[in-house]
Amino acid sequence: MYISHLSLADFRSYPRVEVALDPGVTALIGPNGQGKTNLVEAVGYLATLGSHRVSGDGPLVRHGAERAVLRGAVVAGDRSRLLELEINPGRANRARINRSAQVRPRDLLGILRTVLFAPEDLALVKGDPAERRRFLDELVVARSPRMAGVRGDYERVLKQRNALLKSAVWARRARGGRVDLSTLDVWDQHLARAGGELLAARWDLVATLQPLVGKAYEQLAPGGGPATLEYRGTAGEPAPAGAPGSGRERFESALLAALGEARGQELERGVTLVGPHRDDLLLGIGDLPAKGYASHGESWSLALALRLASYDLLRAESPDPPGLPPAQEGEGRRAGEPVLVLDDVFAELDVARRQRLAELVAPGEQVLVTAAVPEDVPEVLVGARFSVHGGVVERVS
Amino acid sequence: MYEGVVQDLIDELGRLPGVGPKSAQRIAFHILQADPTDVRRLAHALTEVKAKVRFCVVCGNVAQDERCRVCQDPRRDPAVICVVEESKDVVAIERTREFRGRYHVLGGAISPIEGVGPDDLRIRELLGRLADGSVTELILATDPNLEGEATATYLARMVKPMGLKVTRLASGLPVGGDLEYADEVTLGRAFEGRRLLDV
Ligand SMILES: Nc1ncnc2c1ncn2[C@@H]1O[C@H](COP(=O)(O)OP(=O)(O)OP(=O)(O)O)[C@@H](O)[C@H]1O
Ligand SMILES: [Mg+2]
Ligand SMILES: [Zn+2]
Repeated sequence: MYISHLSLADFRSYPRVEVALDPGVTALIGPNGQGKTNLVEAVGYLATLGSHRVSGDGPLVRHGAERAVLRGAVVAGDRSRLLELEINPGRANRARINRSAQVRPRDLLGILRTVLFAPEDLALVKGDPAERRRFLDELVVARSPRMAGVRGDYERVLKQRNALLKSAVWARRARGGRVDLSTLDVWDQHLARAGGELLAARWDLVATLQPLVGKAYEQLAPGGGPATLEYRGTAGEPAPAGAPGSGRERFESALLAALGEARGQELERGVTLVGPHRDDLLLGIGDLPAKGYASHGESWSLALALRLASYDLLRAESPDPPGLPPAQEGEGRRAGEPVLVLDDVFAELDVARRQRLAELVAPGEQVLVTAAVPEDVPEVLVGARFSVHGGVVERVS
Repeated sequence: MYEGVVQDLIDELGRLPGVGPKSAQRIAFHILQADPTDVRRLAHALTEVKAKVRFCVVCGNVAQDERCRVCQDPRRDPAVICVVEESKDVVAIERTREFRGRYHVLGGAISPIEGVGPDDLRIRELLGRLADGSVTELILATDPNLEGEATATYLARMVKPMGLKVTRLASGLPVGGDLEYADEVTLGRAFEGRRLLDV
């Protein structure tokens, strides 16, 4: 798939901007602080409903404006759809598809698929577990947009359950105060249901991703690996395949059991101590954990390998929309193939890895690259060039 | 903190559902700047509603008398009780003309975030109505969102030992929403297709 048109109003530094895009490589070039990342951030937001730079929506709206509007025309096979999203910080965002009546923003998920590489990716390796959980969940949702709802449910139940646990702690501190815990079992049941489904999806993702990450790391840093992934769950290991019940059901009962075991401690601390929100993805290179051991260059290669593997996975699983002959394994491209976005990554790499990464992404159906100077765009990435300067985005070649 | 009466007003507004401290402050200052006749009209509406409208002693629905219209109607089947969160849900269900039993209005849903637990809802009154065994079916029509689902699960667990039929409205209602926003046809269909709730 590719984006044929991007239009922003009051998004970040842009009062208004319209950009027509072609399939293939497009490089956005301009000095620091001119709005290159802002453009690709908008593309990522249309795909994931989130920014790769900030967690809240506030900074995305142009300073002094009330709301931002993003529009993107997405072409997949012979089908074109216009996505529209209005960002209203502090209130509900609004969305439309093909100028239809309003839909839930969540309904946009899955129409535009992207894999975004950015300097922030280093945090996948060096940062907190929350970064890696976000990486996993974003991919879980990209594979199955329905999971956005499951994840939303999980977070909402978690908040309710934590509020109940906290009130128990306060009641105890206020000596003699008692709190009704009869509803805790109910929240446990609902937490385990949504959590079990999320866990099943995460474990399945990690198993599928593992060989792809290994392969990508080997391509970027030959002989330096192997790169490994291991899911660290607070609710224990999954029951062996072949055990009774679906994957979701098995994780649901494992989580329920873990909640039961942790309950005493949870009532002391006033927070939920087990569940997907406490899990981590352990990354390793060779026999050592990456975090705390890997060199800067190795960490970078691993972060890139995670993104390349995501791309491989989404491309392999992309549906062929009607009107297109089904793609053959290993040849041609599928219409659901994600858009590749590389924000300022080449400047961070040495010559060898820069070249390998460029060769790996070059065949993508659409590749958007940002760089401060033209020399930072590897030569194999031939295509359109835009200059981004002072809020003006202009095609120069 | 503001001076005396202004802070009192902010505190009172802040106790309303869905009004946080920021909004309470905003509403208070709006009232301070509003036309005196507008404010008198608001105050009048508040005291009038309290003086004239009451809640049905049986089901908790809004009523003009001691009992609401449904509870007074001898043609309504007393063996089936439909549990809803708010009186406005009774209005929505009545519009479908699908339901011929009685209601029980809880007055909200369980939500620890908002400090609402089972004791804050009319659950004890519900158990009282079920005690003599004349009710054979309990339909849980709380909102199709997390808090509504949790409340339904809680109630189903509470009444399980009583051995009556407990059902939940069929899915198909807009998930995450309020019952009152469902259109008549959808809500009517959800009633017909209600399923046994197993906890
Ligand atoms: N909400 C906002 N309102 C107005 N301006 C903003 C807003 N958010 C960011 N900016 C401005 O946008 C500019 C940053 O744009 P962007 O991150 O796209 O730069 P860039 O071209 O990618 O630069 P670099 O090469 O340094 O990565 C900054 O000057 C910043 O002040
Ligand atoms: Mg940038
Ligand atoms: Zn009544």
